[in-house]
Amino acid sequence: MVLVQTAMENSEQKAKTAETLLEIRNLKTYFKINGSIVKAVDNVSLKIINGEILGLIGETGCGKSVLGLSILRLLPENAKIEGNLLFRGKEILSLSKAEMRKLRGKEIVLIPQNPSTSLNPLMQIGCQVLEAVIRHHNLKKSEAVSKVLDLFSKLKLQEPPRKFRDFPHQLSGGMKQRVLMAMGVACNPKLIIVDEPTKGLDAVLRIEVVRMLKETASAAGTSMLLITHDFSVAAALAHRIAVMYAGEIVEMGKTAAVLRNPRHPYTAGLLNSLPGKGFNPIPGSSPSIISLPEGCRFHPRCSRANMKCTASHPELVKLNDDHFVRCFNVCF
Amino acid sequence: MLLYISKRLAATVLVIVAASMLTFLILNLIPGVTPIMILKYAFIGLEEVPNDSEIATIIERFNLNDPLYKQYFRWLMEVLGGNLGTSYVYGLPVSTLLLSKLPATVLLAATSTVFSLVISIPLGIVSAINRNTLIDHFCRLGSLFFVSMPNFWLGLILIIIFSLKLDLFPVTGYGKLEHLVLPCLTLGSGMAAVTTRVMRSSMLEVLNQDYIITARAKGLSETIVIFRHAVRNALLPVITVAGLQFGHLLGGSVIVETVFSWPGVGKLLVDSILARDIPLIQGCILLIATAYALINLFVDLFYALLDPKIRYGRGL
Repeated sequence: MVLVQTAMENSEQKAKTAETLLEIRNLKTYFKINGSIVKAVDNVSLKIINGEILGLIGETGCGKSVLGLSILRLLPENAKIEGNLLFRGKEILSLSKAEMRKLRGKEIVLIPQNPSTSLNPLMQIGCQVLEAVIRHHNLKKSEAVSKVLDLFSKLKLQEPPRKFRDFPHQLSGGMKQRVLMAMGVACNPKLIIVDEPTKGLDAVLRIEVVRMLKETASAAGTSMLLITHDFSVAAALAHRIAVMYAGEIVEMGKTAAVLRNPRHPYTAGLLNSLPGKGFNPIPGSSPSIISLPEGCRFHPRCSRANMKCTASHPELVKLNDDHFVRCFNVCF
Repeated sequence: MLLYISKRLAATVLVIVAASMLTFLILNLIPGVTPIMILKYAFIGLEEVPNDSEIATIIERFNLNDPLYKQYFRWLMEVLGGNLGTSYVYGLPVSTLLLSKLPATVLLAATSTVFSLVISIPLGIVSAINRNTLIDHFCRLGSLFFVSMPNFWLGLILIIIFSLKLDLFPVTGYGKLEHLVLPCLTLGSGMAAVTTRVMRSSMLEVLNQDYIITARAKGLSETIVIFRHAVRNALLPVITVAGLQFGHLLGGSVIVETVFSWPGVGKLLVDSILARDIPLIQGCILLIATAYALINLFVDLFYALLDPKIRYGRGL
């Protein structure tokens, strides 16, 4: 119940300017691995409007991080991206490399997962944030340094001048996460892609990180793509939720609606597997995206599956004005 | 830090003692009767056959009938007293001989190492960045070629091409820059081949790290990502390998020194082994082991300078 209440509040706070910031149309990200093609992201369409936080939920390996990296075109060379990525009406996929670099870190920012491996071990953390500031602002070095120190104190990193000179191994996981956040918000981006911000953090730190993300988003009206496997984080932050399974979006809607009335059996299963709801895991494990099952990709694990589910692949259908689901036997 | 260095130095002493002990034992296992070899090389000439009284004189003079441990400890005590002994063959103090040969070896080792690094680091970077392209294949093929090529053969080929045909550099000799070129090329190219491969694979590994994605996500240019973020991290394993190679060369590169008649420690060692010049052999081994161990220590300290995790962690 607590989940649903916070979600309701979020929806009400939702920004009034309903201008589309990012529109993803039929995005396909395929990898060529040893001659075979792996469809990590398969025909995903979604929109993020100004000031909105969209929670992208799914298990490990469902393609949610690849989706995030596709937006910034930061995937290795064997990845092939198709479809449309419209950022403020401009097609990201047709930008030149130099234009792309202007976008990265300035307009669209990534707060990567794994804080422990996402900072350069040989570089003072202050310099790593400074780099981002200097790259996108025409600031003198001393001004940029004071901006970084300012960010550090805003994010409650104690003794900013000393922290500035620390190396990553001298920081705890939570502090590294904050440094990455400082890096992310340094240039007042329009969109922040937050990849698993609470992965591997203990409960206290998780609350702290969620609070900081919330403050960041509401202070600057920044939009966020919140990639997570943790429903409670999504519930606390996201205005809308998209659930991803095996490279596809299986359900998408307002946070409160999805949490209160999950329509897709997978979403329902995920919610039932939460500790607060009895810890009932979904049987089986998510399929390898190298060999996907025929028909509905979820049918081998689905209690509602029938003949139709094994034979044909369901489309994402609109249930009501803002709720979409990809299932033949929608839960009610 | 001081504690660490003194621990390492203590370990170094143990290594040196063990190395000298092993050498001493092995000398008595290899074919050839020690007193006869000493006689032939130092006194009567290789073609002559020594008679029994000559052999008996040598055995008595150098105490060769004493048990091995006695011989070894006599040598060890002398060394601890600061005296490396006198060469049987040359009749000169071992320390004098070593010091006269050391500069040539150090010069060759240092220039070869520098040459190999100057070649291999850029090649490794270029190769990794252009992975699986023509440039990369070319670099890999080239390094495989130079790794597989025996030093003495490459040395001879270089002599044929650059000395005999083109008359650019002298065949042998020591003292001028032009004498250094061919031995340095011979040694350096083999080393560069190894370090290029290490640098390439280390770069590839680093480029796959999360912090490289972070750097790119900041909008940094590829040049900055490569040189500020990737190369420094990728250099760590290269430094280890280059350090080991350098330490190895300080012991004298026997074959290359022989091919080019380079007056270094390696050639001195081979000659002394042939003559069973025990004090000189032991002296060479002492020098080689010490150099190797010290270089290793130096590499570790240098590593700490580069890697903050080692610099501040583990209570150094």
